[in-house]
Amino acid sequence: MTGTLTMVWLALRRDRLLLPVWVVVVAGVITVSAAAIADLYPQAGQRIALGVTIGSAPALQALTGPVFDATSVGGLTAWRATTMSAALAALMSMVVVTRHTRAEEETGRAELVGACRVGRYAMSTAAVLVATGANVLIALLITLGLAGQGLPVAGALAFGAAVGGTGWVFTGVALLAAQLTTHARTTNALAAAALGLAFLLRALGDAAKVEALAWLSPLGWAQRVRAFAGERWWVLALFVVTGLVLVAAAALLARRRDLGAGLMPARPGRPDAAAYLASPLALAWRLQRGGLLGWAISFVVVGLLFGALAYSVGDIVGDNPQLAAILEQVGGAGALTDTFLAAELSLLGLVAGGYAVQATLRLQGEESALRAEPVLATAVLRWRWILSHLGMALGGSALIITAGGLAAGLAHGLRIGEPARQAMRLLGAALVQVPATWTLAGIAMLLFGLLPRLTALAWAALVAFALLGQLGELLQLDDRVRNLSPFAHVPQALSQPSDVGPLLWLGALTAALLSAGTVAFQRRDLREG
Amino acid sequence: MTNSPAILVSGLTKHFGKVRALDGLDLTVRTGEVHGFLGPNGSGKTTTLRILLGLLRAGSGHAELLGGQPWRDAVALHRRLAYVPGDVVLWPTLSGGEAIDLLGRLRGGIDRQRKAALLERFDLDPTKKGRAYSKGNRQKVALIAALASDVELLLLDEPTSGLDPLMEAAFREVIAEERRAGRTVLLSSHMLSEVEALCDQVTIIRDGRTVETGTLAGLRHLTRTTISAELDRLPDGLPGLDGVHGLTVNGCHVRFQIDGEHLQVVLRLLTDSGVRALTCQPATLEELFLRHYQVAA
Repeated sequence: MTGTLTMVWLALRRDRLLLPVWVVVVAGVITVSAAAIADLYPQAGQRIALGVTIGSAPALQALTGPVFDATSVGGLTAWRATTMSAALAALMSMVVVTRHTRAEEETGRAELVGACRVGRYAMSTAAVLVATGANVLIALLITLGLAGQGLPVAGALAFGAAVGGTGWVFTGVALLAAQLTTHARTTNALAAAALGLAFLLRALGDAAKVEALAWLSPLGWAQRVRAFAGERWWVLALFVVTGLVLVAAAALLARRRDLGAGLMPARPGRPDAAAYLASPLALAWRLQRGGLLGWAISFVVVGLLFGALAYSVGDIVGDNPQLAAILEQVGGAGALTDTFLAAELSLLGLVAGGYAVQATLRLQGEESALRAEPVLATAVLRWRWILSHLGMALGGSALIITAGGLAAGLAHGLRIGEPARQAMRLLGAALVQVPATWTLAGIAMLLFGLLPRLTALAWAALVAFALLGQLGELLQLDDRVRNLSPFAHVPQALSQPSDVGPLLWLGALTAALLSAGTVAFQRRDLREG
Repeated sequence: MTNSPAILVSGLTKHFGKVRALDGLDLTVRTGEVHGFLGPNGSGKTTTLRILLGLLRAGSGHAELLGGQPWRDAVALHRRLAYVPGDVVLWPTLSGGEAIDLLGRLRGGIDRQRKAALLERFDLDPTKKGRAYSKGNRQKVALIAALASDVELLLLDEPTSGLDPLMEAAFREVIAEERRAGRTVLLSSHMLSEVEALCDQVTIIRDGRTVETGTLAGLRHLTRTTISAELDRLPDGLPGLDGVHGLTVNGCHVRFQIDGEHLQVVLRLLTDSGVRALTCQPATLEELFLRHYQVAA
């Protein structure tokens, strides 16, 4: 453990920007949500009506979980924001742990440090300490933020602890994943798959009212702490113990492996390249195909799940005559189902934007790892190299949206007895998201060409669009602000005949961003590292 | 093949922000020669190569490669040359064999028989994944990829810094064959013995500027010879003589370095003092190198 403190300082120095932003965003989202709910539903009666509506809609529960106490602002905030903020805390922990463990080993920097007077586990210990510290800070900030608005202190503390606790569990998940794989990319993918599984288990358990399923998921525990609804403090012990077990398991595995090696052995490759591997695009496909497959599978699973649940949204009407009357005016139960499906497809489009940014920024990864240099020193034009990873970004995001839309349509169609028709209808409604998704690739490309040091801003844009979409309505933001997100302009293809205007100008905007980024890259120096 | 130089660089400058990486560099590599490119760390060797490859834009000055302009004609030129970077990074999920084929094909084609022969000569296992190779083996991958293509010009950036002595010998053999085949090679290196063994011409740079260029023989002429002599008596005036450096006197034994142009005067002085034993050592490249480097330090 010698040198752990030094390693902690090193990690904090490297993350001096990243970490505070994560902490403030995670804690801030909750504080802002609570304020917005208090503002929108000032009276208990309004809140109870909302609670009843949610309670009877499995599809909504799948997205955000059950409502334990609709009478209080705190209870509704816990319902609305727990899954989102706990997932964000988990993501933050994964990123931090991978960055300071496996990524360091992969680049060989760990070797440099390991040869100094630094203990074998100092690096991992430091990564865990930093991630834990960030989660504790998030928990404290949430407690302060909610209690500061006059909500009960006990509930605020339970809420903060549930979010921080989820982050702590995924600190352990990421550390374990880092022992199993040799690449940081695979470590992140493995940990993200675990988070996806946790979300699915919770969504299925909550939607189908199978408590046992939801109890298998840390995201389920976060809700079952029941902040502001008769706190169950003992649930917090689950987080602590699970996290400890995972970290201990990782430590056991770490003792059995060499520096730089994983537990999954590297298999020998082919002595010659396949015939297709002869162009930049083929290389981009070879490098990105595994990731794309993972994304496509996730989209199919999520599409199937929400497609299957969509019909049940209409059930609300049966229990609530008042709501039924309102619904008749806007088009009946079918309209409610469509609204839910539209929201889900819009979410798929947004998440596919994450894939588009990731695939586009592979360009930067290749450049800073000095792997662009040997390729560009051969007879490859710069724009053709750009087009290779960009092709994966554009084609891949369209592909996963197609897969998600088809899966949702098929699942929904099977339940109402018209699979082919619903599959085509939802595919269409999914495809209208594509131009908005592609604008994110455009933003990433422009940054890569013009400001390669600031490509992280592409991720910031994705988060900003997500927040505008998710919280814009709740916060009653001005339309001009909400319209900054390309997703605000996607036509509602399920409820009305599509207007192709926004699709055309979003497409044109994307083309302009991509061209500008490409031209800028063609004119600039290649960066070294 | 024409008589125009393969590489012609004059007055080349390059700034990175406020840092001046190249400051009026001159470099001429004639077609068919193996040209050594020497300089201390950070003197601008890699920057020069990257400008020649069109990866960086030149500041001011003139750079010409195989009769074309490196930035404007990059792709047309790249078909006729191969490059081995000093820092070889491979794709972690691609095997060495795949990387060799890929880079060769992107350059315009790869000679399969030549690849097989080179794999044998450099004793490289092509089935390992990029991550599993040591530094030396990564360099071999890049070298084989470069040598297995049929090109006119090889740009090599410290290609042997990770190779063991056996592989270094294999490398020298291969480069000697390349020269016989009429290829032009620009070899940036720190291995002086390698440069002495392989290169016809040498250019030494420091702080982004050319300080010496010419044939090894020509450069030696400009440099100091080490003289060690056993004399009957110590000659008067030896310590103060022009061109004498590092004089040590031990009884009647003297040892010193002497600049080439003052050799005659000193030899006359020595013979007048009764020479009993005399050894003369021509300057090694190492001394030449150190002389320029130490001024830098």
